[in-house]
Amino acid sequence: MKTPFLAAAMAIFRKDALAESRSRELIGAMGLFALLDVLIFSFALELNREARIEAVSGVLWVTIIFASILGLNRSMAMERDQGNLDVLLLAPLPRSAIFTGKLLGNFLFTLLVGMAVAFVITILFNVPLFSEWLLMVLVMGTAGFTIVGTLLAAMTAQTRARETLLPIVMLPLAVPLLLAAVRGTTYILSEAAQGEWLPWLSILAVLDIIYLVLGIILFEFVVEE
Amino acid sequence: MSAVTKTPLPKLSGPWMRSRPTLLIVFTVITVILTVIGLLMALFYAGQDITQGEVQRIFYLHVSAFAGASMALGVSVIASVLYLWKRDPKWDRLSIPCVEVGFALALMNLITGMVWARPIWNTWWTWDPRLTSSAIMILTYAAYFMLRAGIENPETRRRLTSVYAILAYITVIVTFVIIRIRPDTIHPAVIGPSPQNAEGGFELSSSMLAAMSFNMVVWSVFIPWVLIWWRLRIEVLSEYVNVLRAKVAEQ
Repeated sequence: MKTPFLAAAMAIFRKDALAESRSRELIGAMGLFALLDVLIFSFALELNREARIEAVSGVLWVTIIFASILGLNRSMAMERDQGNLDVLLLAPLPRSAIFTGKLLGNFLFTLLVGMAVAFVITILFNVPLFSEWLLMVLVMGTAGFTIVGTLLAAMTAQTRARETLLPIVMLPLAVPLLLAAVRGTTYILSEAAQGEWLPWLSILAVLDIIYLVLGIILFEFVVEE
Repeated sequence: MSAVTKTPLPKLSGPWMRSRPTLLIVFTVITVILTVIGLLMALFYAGQDITQGEVQRIFYLHVSAFAGASMALGVSVIASVLYLWKRDPKWDRLSIPCVEVGFALALMNLITGMVWARPIWNTWWTWDPRLTSSAIMILTYAAYFMLRAGIENPETRRRLTSVYAILAYITVIVTFVIIRIRPDTIHPAVIGPSPQNAEGGFELSSSMLAAMSFNMVVWSVFIPWVLIWWRLRIEVLSEYVNVLRAKVAEQ
């Protein structure tokens, strides 16, 4: 008797959300890191009024992807350290439900941090990052990173180098997402015509779907023991 | 028993692994001859490009090397899928040579492209979408080797690298389609109409077309095949030695 897919995924998600709401370990680390990242970028690039629009979307996305790597490593390490992953694998659940549950948690935490970064950038650089289309890009870009990241973090957790390996294997695969997200954000920010940035959003959506399908299929092979 | 000694000894017989691979040697000789003919065709037979001059001749290798790379990497995807499905280590052993040969051909594609770009675009490197994506593709496969080296348990290694080889092929597809979805590229398209602002296009005369098709076949079929075969033999032998060594150490 297997637990139905949705119930299992939601249970794992609830567990992660509850643990996070008590410890605030992931969001705390990711948020603080992201804040420092934005500050470092603003010193290094001297983000003044003229240079802003072009650079800001790059800063936003680079910060989000680095923060997500931090969080993904931690989230998978927590599962392994406590032996929780082994128990999850023993439980009569579809494996794809474990992936979906972990993915939902990672996605929510990264999205919250991403929103916080967007908020900080809006205030610090006076660039309006809150519009419905930009939120759409934020959601889709973060979803893409966490889909690739959840799959690959489960993989690198089984290697010798662990935390070091995740950025190396994840960044090249995330670059197409990053490209589409940065371009989309830049065009929307510079108030270009819809015809210019809509293609980027559709590329992002297509990539998300491809990665999601591959992730659900391949996760089964990643965690079997 | 350790995970290594549980691996069955790979077979050292059959047409692929004979100690004196006559067939393979014959193919190697044919391939070398065909490669030389292809080079001669590119250098002397094909007509000179009026606008680009002699440097255009590097295209016959540049395009063909990418075709070979995508072919070899494509075989690695098939081998990885077969491994995940059948769990026979032989498919994983096939996947490694494919990735290595594909990686080498992709590097060759990148380097010949840079040599061409120096006189035509007046720079070795530019952040053109396709250049960027092919560099990313090479880095993805470099990460594949890192991942492979980072896992000790052979069963886990085979499983995870197979998954990664499937994922990594996305970058090959992106490299292929990117000049069609990014209008700001200056890279010319080989098949179909080039982007509007492509610098240096493809209008082939019949002699150029002949040289191009010949080189395409040589580089995308013969060269990867022969290289993968030789590399596969090394892989099987080294696995054989590893298993034997582990067995001896256990006794």
